[in-house]
Amino acid sequence: MFYRQAGDFKKSYREDIQTFALRQDRRAYYVLMAIAFLVVPFFINDYWASAVLLPFLILSIAALGLNILTGYCGQVSLGTGGFMAVGAYACYKIMTSFPDLNIMIVVLLAGLVTALVGLVFGIPSLRIKGFYLAVATLAAQFFLVWLFNKVPWFYNYSASGQINAPARSMFGFNITGAEAHAPARYLFCLALVVLLAWAARNLTRGRMGRSWMAIRDMDIAAEIIGVDPLKTKLSAFAISSFYIGVAGALFFSVYLGAVEVGEVFGINQSFLVLFMIIIGGLGSIMGSFIGAAFLILVPVLLKNVMVNGFGWPTDIAAHIEFILIGGLIMLFLIVEPHGLAQLWRIAKEKLLLWPFPH
Amino acid sequence: MNKGAALSSGIDTGEEILSVRNISLSFGGVKALTDISFDLLKGEVRAIIGPNGAGKSSMLNVINGFYHPQQGEVWYCGSKRKSLKPHQIAYQGIARTFQNIALFKGMSTLDNIMTGRFTHMRSNIVSQAFWRGPAEREEIANREKVEDIIEFLEIQAIRKTPVGRLPYGLQKRVELGRALAAEPVLLLLDEPMAGMNIEEKEDMSRFILDVQQEFGTTIALIEHDMGVVMDISDRVVVLDYGKKIGDGTPDEVRNNQAVIDAYLGVPHE
Ligand SMILES: Nc1ncnc2c1ncn2[C@@H]1O[C@H](COP(=O)(O)OP(=O)(O)OP(=O)(O)O)[C@@H](O)[C@H]1O
Ligand SMILES: [Mg+2]
Repeated sequence: MFYRQAGDFKKSYREDIQTFALRQDRRAYYVLMAIAFLVVPFFINDYWASAVLLPFLILSIAALGLNILTGYCGQVSLGTGGFMAVGAYACYKIMTSFPDLNIMIVVLLAGLVTALVGLVFGIPSLRIKGFYLAVATLAAQFFLVWLFNKVPWFYNYSASGQINAPARSMFGFNITGAEAHAPARYLFCLALVVLLAWAARNLTRGRMGRSWMAIRDMDIAAEIIGVDPLKTKLSAFAISSFYIGVAGALFFSVYLGAVEVGEVFGINQSFLVLFMIIIGGLGSIMGSFIGAAFLILVPVLLKNVMVNGFGWPTDIAAHIEFILIGGLIMLFLIVEPHGLAQLWRIAKEKLLLWPFPH
Repeated sequence: MNKGAALSSGIDTGEEILSVRNISLSFGGVKALTDISFDLLKGEVRAIIGPNGAGKSSMLNVINGFYHPQQGEVWYCGSKRKSLKPHQIAYQGIARTFQNIALFKGMSTLDNIMTGRFTHMRSNIVSQAFWRGPAEREEIANREKVEDIIEFLEIQAIRKTPVGRLPYGLQKRVELGRALAAEPVLLLLDEPMAGMNIEEKEDMSRFILDVQQEFGTTIALIEHDMGVVMDISDRVVVLDYGKKIGDGTPDEVRNNQAVIDAYLGVPHE
């Protein structure tokens, strides 16, 4: 295995600050993009879309959002599920109020609505920190779920209390609704993921990202440098909520199609996304993806092996899956508290030097 | 954008750039500062000395807006300063380092110093999200300034090292770099040489003098090492138990009886 930076010298600061500094990494990235956009759509079926690819893509967006707030800006949030619900319900209300609006615009608008809500819930963060902030966001989580259950306006007074996504299409392909087309749903989510990941990378590597990290690492020193703590924390809350809102909108409209708020966007969802960024790596864009992939793929894999492979009953398999995942999470955290992304980085550093480590 | 250069442009070297006037500060019953007045002249190294607990750090915290004194005024660049927040004061061209290192532990040396450029950057969120164009140009222009500082402080080799991994002396140097990155008019240094060996202290003294001479920066320096203070400062103010007991050139202060008593621990009557 050859992994080298030899001969890959940086001739300008511009080259030095690019995302994939190594030529090899850059190539791997282009290949991955080509496969994701040009190959996968021809092979994807409903099972792969629903069981693996859509939840992975959508929850990656949520993980990116939470990572901006928690990993980069250091503000712990347990309200992810609640904010996803805001995105979902905003999406539903906009879809049903403006049936002609393009679904992509609807999803982005749902993100903007969530950003505003996140801004409001971010205000206490100036006064309360750490553990107490986590508790405050937990309150937001329960409040939001309660609100969407309680006020019939949000679900258009439907008898079931559920929200259902009407059919919407782009370029003639159904993205939402019962007839939705698997490759189209996948490509729709993929495009948003790539766009949002790229924006997140740019926001975190520049002035704004540094101000977030400065607040996270040492708020007093951040202030004397000119960073306004309130503005900075609120910007993190708003941008993070935008991402989480988009994820919620997609989760409802493209992935599930119908949602009962307490079941889908409850506290479990908040913890799932939080685990993703902890396992993947706090303060890492790539970590958000690794964490999402891990927590979506491993359960599917385990289930397939146990139920289809060994022929075990599903309920027992589900319990064992629970135990195994929990065990793996603990193992990873003991081996590398900074997450899988850090493990990958260290492995790369070693590979770069191999076989002459000195 | 950072207004420091514009604010101070009307003030010539050797004229007053900042003065504190009749500052009194207390925490509950503890009087940290009592009726303190002194001035800083543009371009000088002004040492603030005094025994432990004398109120030196509190004085810097007043100057950069962390503490709001119960009484007294701060005059800066010819006018009385309103009550401002620390981040607003940063935009007026005042930078500082801390007694206990306050670096951003999760970032590299380079990113720490780049963060120090915060008040000189202004690209908005949309252009930052796009990156290509204004945001990238601004990043590169500021990176060049930061590279100058890295070269000036001779820390090229640790550019990409996470600061948490650096030895203490280098961390102090990076913190100085972060403050310098703001191109401050007034630089407040709280014990920049504490815990250093002689060689490191000499390096640091040299950097401080170079900053004064090359950039014309006014420097307020808290330091316990009298040798260093006498060597590099133009004037010295002495605090003891929150009161000013001496003010003048290093020689004047050295021969001041109240100062000698304070340092020798003569009991207060
Ligand atoms: N935030 C605060 N709350 C309460 N008391 C404080 C606070 N900051 C400073 N003090 C008190 O004010 C007095 C002066 O403290 P200060 O830190 O300014 O001293 P110093 O001269 O910097 O001492 P040292 O040389 O030990 O750093 C001390 O009695 C200290 O306990
Ligand atoms: Mg002190």
